[in-house]
Amino acid sequence: MPIIEVRDLVKSYNGLEAVRGVSFEIEEGETFGFLGPNGAGKTTTISILCTLLSPSSGTAVVNGYDCMKDPKGVRSSIGLVFQEVTLDNELTAYENLKFHCYLYNMQRSVAEKRIDEMLEVVGLGPRRNDFVKGFSGGMKRRLEIARGLLHRPKVLFLDEPTLGLDPQTRSHVWHFIEELKKREGSTVFMTTHYMDEAEICDRIAIIDRGRIIDCRSPEELKSSLRGDTVYLETDDDQAALRELSEKLGLEARRIEGGGLALIVESGEKVIPRIFSGLSTGVRSVNLKRPSLDDVFLHLTGREIREVEGGGTDRPVRGFRR
Amino acid sequence: MISFRAVYVIVLREFKRFFRQRGRLLTTIARPLLWLFIVGSGLTKIVEPGSKGSYMQFLLPGVVGMTILFSSIFSTISVVWDREFGFLREMLVAPVSRVTIVIGKLLSGTSLSIFQGMALLVVAPLVGLSVGAVKLVVMFFLIALVSFSLTAFGLFIAARLTSLEGFNVIMNFIVLPMFFLSGALYPVEALPGPLRWLTYINPLSYGVDSFKHVLLPEGARLGAEFSMTLDVAVVCAFAVVMTLLSAWAFARR
Repeated sequence: MPIIEVRDLVKSYNGLEAVRGVSFEIEEGETFGFLGPNGAGKTTTISILCTLLSPSSGTAVVNGYDCMKDPKGVRSSIGLVFQEVTLDNELTAYENLKFHCYLYNMQRSVAEKRIDEMLEVVGLGPRRNDFVKGFSGGMKRRLEIARGLLHRPKVLFLDEPTLGLDPQTRSHVWHFIEELKKREGSTVFMTTHYMDEAEICDRIAIIDRGRIIDCRSPEELKSSLRGDTVYLETDDDQAALRELSEKLGLEARRIEGGGLALIVESGEKVIPRIFSGLSTGVRSVNLKRPSLDDVFLHLTGREIREVEGGGTDRPVRGFRR
Repeated sequence: MISFRAVYVIVLREFKRFFRQRGRLLTTIARPLLWLFIVGSGLTKIVEPGSKGSYMQFLLPGVVGMTILFSSIFSTISVVWDREFGFLREMLVAPVSRVTIVIGKLLSGTSLSIFQGMALLVVAPLVGLSVGAVKLVVMFFLIALVSFSLTAFGLFIAARLTSLEGFNVIMNFIVLPMFFLSGALYPVEALPGPLRWLTYINPLSYGVDSFKHVLLPEGARLGAEFSMTLDVAVVCAFAVVMTLLSAWAFARR
């Protein structure tokens, strides 16, 4: 049974449809990503799944609980890291985590142990009793991720977990998320509009203008494109070109300034064949895979960066009960 | 339905915040003393030239009322603050009912106000009023009741405020008039017609009047004006109505 099941979800604000009929399933233990520009409907969908918004129509089930009928069941099954910081600056790291544990009705002894454990994992053990207001953006994020996992949720929601962080801190935060995922084994549902971040997902749903356009593994998405490009430098390009075509049936083309390029379905399978099949010496091999940027461009006809900043993807006001 | 552990931690957080915000703490201590000793001494000379300051005695119950009023409204503003800074979401996605959050905020606002109101009674001897053990106990219950009703009132307002800017409007158009028209600074009888009627419909007037009953000496020239039964009845009714309204306002969100 899938841990998250969404059917024909629709959400409109004042007649404007932010989410227009989204359906997907997530298996337990999976890392699932929503990739799309701002305003695509990512946060709206997450807010519905977290019981913060009610949909206009459609159903959403998390861990067997219906998001509309049993919000409390859903809430105790999930952990959340929001786009914006939701820590209390006037409290210490420890106090923020303790607040969370008590809110989730954890026993004192369990809570204490768990807080120590999670602070250690995100590397904030030494800052345990420092006020959050003195923390850097990356530290706050790590603390929030630790907090989201305190009550051992079945699903961890990460809504743009690295928004507004510098590249170095971003990769640091991802490192922690992957580490924690291994340790805690929870299902992760994340949204992002960074292509490189989406690559760590088992499956990605590409979402644009409130609809899911495609939903597959990053590998599949990329291989649905033209394929990999293999660059070769050889001792004799002319001879190599002929050999590739006659012996291996591969069509290569010469590139300006020397060298050969060939487009193949799967680069890692072709390269060994090239090495064993060619009698001409090969000086270097280079493999370039298509990126998710290419995929998004291919599917929507637009680059993800072009559409940024134009959306209203943040239903902050008007919580449902 | 109600998670006591969650209520406890919400109250604990508000107390920690209160004692950590130095400015808020100092204001809390300074404001009633300014009214009592500076405004009080000045006005004593006008109200009763040559007297030993029974106007300052008259002012004490009013200033206790003011302290509770400001403290209760201020602490419920933390809801608006939490919403502005995102912390409210952390509470809203937790598996606790809205009622639990409302109770947590009600209890924390009430207990902070009780604490401040009771602390102010320390200065009673300085204006020549003696407050014995019995009076302290009675005052505790009255202060608790008034604090609770005002916190519930504040929560109802806070549930509808969406930004911190709205807070200034609340201060000037609700909190200050409530204080000035509560019989805290002048006897209700002394007010001209329309203002007197506004005072009659102000629930705080009855709270302040109940404090006068306990704190002011029997037969003082300026004293309580309503009966104690009426005072307690009005404040109780106000508390019940406001609790229901604030629970309703929160559940609706």
